[in-house]
Amino acid sequence: MKRAFPILAAVTALLLAYAFYEAIWVAPMERTMGDVQRIFYYHVPSAWTAFLLFFVNLIASVIYLVRRNAKADAVALVTGEVGVVFCTVVLVTGPIWARPVWGIWWTWDIRLTTTLVLWLIYVSYLVLRRFSESSQTPKLAAVLAIFGALDVPLVYFSIWFFRTQHPQPVIGGGGSIDPRMLHVLLLNWLAFSCFALLVSWARYRLEMFKREVEEAEALESLLVAGSGAQISKTQIPLSREPQ
Amino acid sequence: MSSLRSITLATLTKDVRLEWRSKDAINSMLFFSLLVVVIFSFSFDPNAEESRQIAGGLIWVAFLFAAVVALNQTWARELRNQVLDAYRVSPAPANALFMAKVLGNFILVSLLEGLMAPLFMIFYNLRALGPAWQLIPVALLGTWALVVNGTFFAAMSLRTRSREIMLPLLLFPISIPAVQSMVEATRIILTGDGAARFWIVLLLTYDVVFTTACLALFETILQAE
Repeated sequence: MKRAFPILAAVTALLLAYAFYEAIWVAPMERTMGDVQRIFYYHVPSAWTAFLLFFVNLIASVIYLVRRNAKADAVALVTGEVGVVFCTVVLVTGPIWARPVWGIWWTWDIRLTTTLVLWLIYVSYLVLRRFSESSQTPKLAAVLAIFGALDVPLVYFSIWFFRTQHPQPVIGGGGSIDPRMLHVLLLNWLAFSCFALLVSWARYRLEMFKREVEEAEALESLLVAGSGAQISKTQIPLSREPQ
Repeated sequence: MSSLRSITLATLTKDVRLEWRSKDAINSMLFFSLLVVVIFSFSFDPNAEESRQIAGGLIWVAFLFAAVVALNQTWARELRNQVLDAYRVSPAPANALFMAKVLGNFILVSLLEGLMAPLFMIFYNLRALGPAWQLIPVALLGTWALVVNGTFFAAMSLRTRSREIMLPLLLFPISIPAVQSMVEATRIILTGDGAARFWIVLLLTYDVVFTTACLALFETILQAE
């Protein structure tokens, strides 16, 4: 497994470079929007990757609650963190595209709002993980992840009632897209998914090392306290005696 | 089932009596929402038509913030003298405790709304142009939505650093669809502009989904120590 990591890193770098070349030079220019449209090759793959990561987070959280498996918890933490990063990319690239095309930075449209609320939920998830100190943090976080997943469809329906401005989804949404553009889009998605996997993997290993170190330190301090108790028994009692 | 009901009732009675004698939470909530009413009134200075448009948002934001005051002290009381630990080792069902706390908060926040709603009407010169009776289901369902998740997240934030600030950080993102439904339903009823049925159904769905989730997962949260 360890040897697969540098291979994945190299493949990801190549894929990202090739997908960038395809997106900027090879993909045909969009007729009405012009070059601005090329941000689409980063916006949409980031969104798909973020949703995929959040989905993995939910699955890992459920597994953790059922099995109490520490690895599942580490996966949930990692996918939550990396997912927030990708979701941030989506929320930043969206307005950059929307300003010249729609003439506005932001609108309270169904997909924008749902993505924003999803982002908010997962930021609160990370805040909980940061602020909670007890060994029960994974349990609390897993429960919050499930609540977040229940919330998303409700958010979707609550905004579904308003008019939708976002372009229809390119896959299965009835919109037509040039096959060359679709090719570049899927290539970019592959590159982004590899990138997300790479980052998550590195973060996962870091998290596991961190936990090992913490365990070792806790064990060490217990051993020190155990041996120190005998010393202190002979030295300290005088100060404890009632005056 | 009977033990569930009797334990719920006992805990609820105890909480209501404690609150009735001290009146800590209700007084601070009342004064807090009064301040919100006055400050909003100064900062927007609306005429009658504008009031109808924005009052739904103002009312519910004021109640949301005031409810956090009540929710934060829900469990803090049980931490003193290790009452919560005693509850954990007792064979009493965890959901009885949860339901008692939710009902207690529901009574408290509903009381607050009952007292504050007339004041809102006076300060903003409100008169409902739509069917006013629909405000009652909106208020009941909306309050339940805030309180059921609020009580759950308050229990969750017990074990965190600076838990008073943690509760709104957890509660507000999850409550976004509920708050939107309440605000939209209230606005539609006040302006008489369309039907509020969609939003009431959405609120009901929200309540059912999250009450079920809370009851299913509260045991896990209570035992987390």
